[in-house]
Amino acid sequence: MNALREKAYVDFQRQGFPTRKVEEYRYTDMEEVFAPDYGVNLQRVQFPVNPHDIFKCSVPNLSTSLYFMVNDLFHNSVMPKTQLPEGVVVGSLCQQALEHPELLQPYYGRLAKTEADSVTALNTMLAQDGLFIYIPKNVVVDKTIQVVNILRSDVDLMANRRVLIVLEQGAQAKVLFCDHAMDERSFLATQVCEVFVGENAHLELYDLEATHLQSRRVTNTYVRQQSYSTLNMCTITMHNGLTRNTLEVDLAGQYAETHVNGCVVADKQQHVDNNTLIRHSVPNCQSNELYKYVLDDSSVGAFAGKVLVVADAQKTVSNEVNANLCASPDARMYTQPMLEIYADDVKCSHGSTVGQLNEQALFYMRQRGISEAEARLLLKFAFVGEVIDSIKLETLRDRLHYLMEKRFRGELSHCEGCKVHN
Amino acid sequence: MGESIVRDNEYVREVAQKQYAYGFTTEVETDIIDKGLNEDVVRLISQKKGEPEWLLEFRLKAYRHWLTMTEPAWAHLRMPKIDYQSISYYADPTARKKGDEKKEIDPELMKTFDKLGIPLEERLALSGMAVDAVMDSVSVKTTFREKLSEKGIIFCSISEAVREYPDLVRRYLGSVVNYRDNYFAALNSAVFSDGSFVYIPKGVRCPMELSTYFRINARETGQFERTLIVADDDAYVSYLEGCTAPMRDENQLHAAIVEIVVMDRAEVKYSTVQNWYPGDSEGKGGVLNLVTKRGLLKGENSRLSWTQVETGSAITWKYPSCVLMGDGSQAEFYSVAVTNNFQQADTGTKMIHLGKNTKSTIISKGISAGRSENSYRGLVKVGKQADNARNYTSCDSLLLGSTCGAHTFPYMDVQNPTAVVEHEATTSKISEDQLFYCRQRGIPTEDAVGLIVNGYAKDVINKLPMEFAVEAQKLLGVSLEGTVG
Repeated sequence: MNALREKAYVDFQRQGFPTRKVEEYRYTDMEEVFAPDYGVNLQRVQFPVNPHDIFKCSVPNLSTSLYFMVNDLFHNSVMPKTQLPEGVVVGSLCQQALEHPELLQPYYGRLAKTEADSVTALNTMLAQDGLFIYIPKNVVVDKTIQVVNILRSDVDLMANRRVLIVLEQGAQAKVLFCDHAMDERSFLATQVCEVFVGENAHLELYDLEATHLQSRRVTNTYVRQQSYSTLNMCTITMHNGLTRNTLEVDLAGQYAETHVNGCVVADKQQHVDNNTLIRHSVPNCQSNELYKYVLDDSSVGAFAGKVLVVADAQKTVSNEVNANLCASPDARMYTQPMLEIYADDVKCSHGSTVGQLNEQALFYMRQRGISEAEARLLLKFAFVGEVIDSIKLETLRDRLHYLMEKRFRGELSHCEGCKVHN
Repeated sequence: MGESIVRDNEYVREVAQKQYAYGFTTEVETDIIDKGLNEDVVRLISQKKGEPEWLLEFRLKAYRHWLTMTEPAWAHLRMPKIDYQSISYYADPTARKKGDEKKEIDPELMKTFDKLGIPLEERLALSGMAVDAVMDSVSVKTTFREKLSEKGIIFCSISEAVREYPDLVRRYLGSVVNYRDNYFAALNSAVFSDGSFVYIPKGVRCPMELSTYFRINARETGQFERTLIVADDDAYVSYLEGCTAPMRDENQLHAAIVEIVVMDRAEVKYSTVQNWYPGDSEGKGGVLNLVTKRGLLKGENSRLSWTQVETGSAITWKYPSCVLMGDGSQAEFYSVAVTNNFQQADTGTKMIHLGKNTKSTIISKGISAGRSENSYRGLVKVGKQADNARNYTSCDSLLLGSTCGAHTFPYMDVQNPTAVVEHEATTSKISEDQLFYCRQRGIPTEDAVGLIVNGYAKDVINKLPMEFAVEAQKLLGVSLEGTVG
């Protein structure tokens, strides 16, 4: 980890914070994001916190193997005994690096290139701990691994997390991340997440963000998939201040399949920017992308999705859809679905829309005595429903439907039942 | 096996060589000013054209601004380094020896345009079209001027317009494309030579198609034409533009500006068949086509449509745009861009919705073959006040071969909740089924591909005036020859 730090420092020095002039960051002003003076917890002060006191996940019947990250620290104190199959590792990146260097070494820093992105460089330079998930060959983890990221501090804080997920050949796992912020402080969380999905491995990765208006989150996620592997990913932003998610999926083995979905519900001054790149490096892969935004008040949404098909990646099938609802005059949406194709035997399409609720559907419901407010709600709910339905975890899916509905009714300002916010 | 590849290559080369029919040069005495660009050159051009003081000021301002700018690098193009000092900025093929003041046009020039199929003799011309023929930096002749002026229509070269209608030109020049707009617009504003000026007065429907034919002839020169079209209230005009250049080893620069102003309820149709020399099959030479085209839909319920068939040029950097300012204005953009061999195209449009109830349609068809790169880049922007704006975009790419690239970079920026913006794009190769169907009926592969491609581009070609449509269809076939097999 330390070896990479120096190189990261040089790369970061060279690049600086990305400005809006950099094409990938044209919709989010990163200089502004990084401008406030945040404290960095270099001394590794333990924040006195007992996650179990404050956290009760509200997803009923979702029995998960539960882990906590407080700021950028893996919380490894009292944990109810979670049974994981043999060989499976879920733990502090730092600690595991000392105990099992042979597991980490082939993977750490291999996908997140510090020379390509300055946020990655900054994170590599500053990250001191994070999460490591390792699923050995042919091991199937039935129980969902839930990781709750909690931002907690008495001063404004910058946390730099590092996540490494490795699924060996034939392994299967479901991982759920929940992002929460506890104190009414300004937070800046950067996260670099590297995901390796081995041959014939299957990963479901869900990422739910429900923080508050003062928190800023910058994540860079890099995925590499080997042949016959599948990835089902869903990124949901419900509450946040400013969020910038970069996702790069590299389909490196033939017949790999990836489904990347996302859904954003934003109001007030929320700012959500999703930037995705799916690279088809070999023939016969399939990718599906669906992102939906509902923007209200003066929120800003941005989506830039690029599908890159390199020369000779024939028989690629790729579909990308971005649909957006702008519900107020001040909401602003930027969308940029891109195709860059160098192979000829491919089927690629993308579609993108910005619009409002269907007047006819509204009229139909009004005719049947449904109040306008209710009708609008139903339509919005159905609109994001498509994304939520892509979640394969049944209990989580049901819960999210419920949460979304409450979110649209404005009754919900955070994950209900979870006391993080109280 | 190896031999057959060699033979195939030879065949391809043969085709590639014959495919550019307009590659000849004309031996005509041309007055070319020295290479290089500085304030004196700008002054010299202005002086040669006998321009008024305000226009010289305009040029100098643009030139000084150009000096502060850098070449844009955001396009998906591998642009050769352009040495702006090794180009001559003014070449006048009509210049005769002093004292030779006859009005007649050099017969060589007449022959050139005849060869290109652009008759300058009015009696020979198709009655439905008036032509302004521009070679290098100078307008050679504008036909049917008298007939048009009966209706009050002004159609002449921009240099003449500066002399004869200075008020009109001064009012509209630079009002749509400011010289600060971009690098090439600044360059053009500083050194622009000739181009066409069209003014259609209130309530007049232009009875014939107006057309400008651009030709680059002289060596190591650039063409910097400037076209200005103004359609006053309730006017209508259909305008065509065609262009060719001789085959040269070095890249030639073509940086043009087209400005269109459309007033209340007026309608302008602007069609381009761009067939600049695309370079040889090795990617050597060819025209660098760096063009800024923009229409301002100033009046309410005004309409503007851009139709372009892009088959030529080594590099195309062109985004005919519309600013929909008037309430209820409508804009359309239809494009077919074909790239073969080493050609690169980064083209598309900008639709900027500012007025209420505005509507725009974008249909773009890209076809890439050989080792070419073809990108669609478009912006749809809906301003805060643009209630009920509507946009529909569809861009399709067709790939013929595994060494070429097709890309789409659409940008959408929506600031109004009542807007409906739709975008869809597909990329694919020619359907095996369609090809098989044609082959089964005894149509050779090459013809079948031509047939399918023409069908694919039909949506756009149908929008062209008839004579141009026939021409465009032929061009599509020729541009793609040798790509299959």
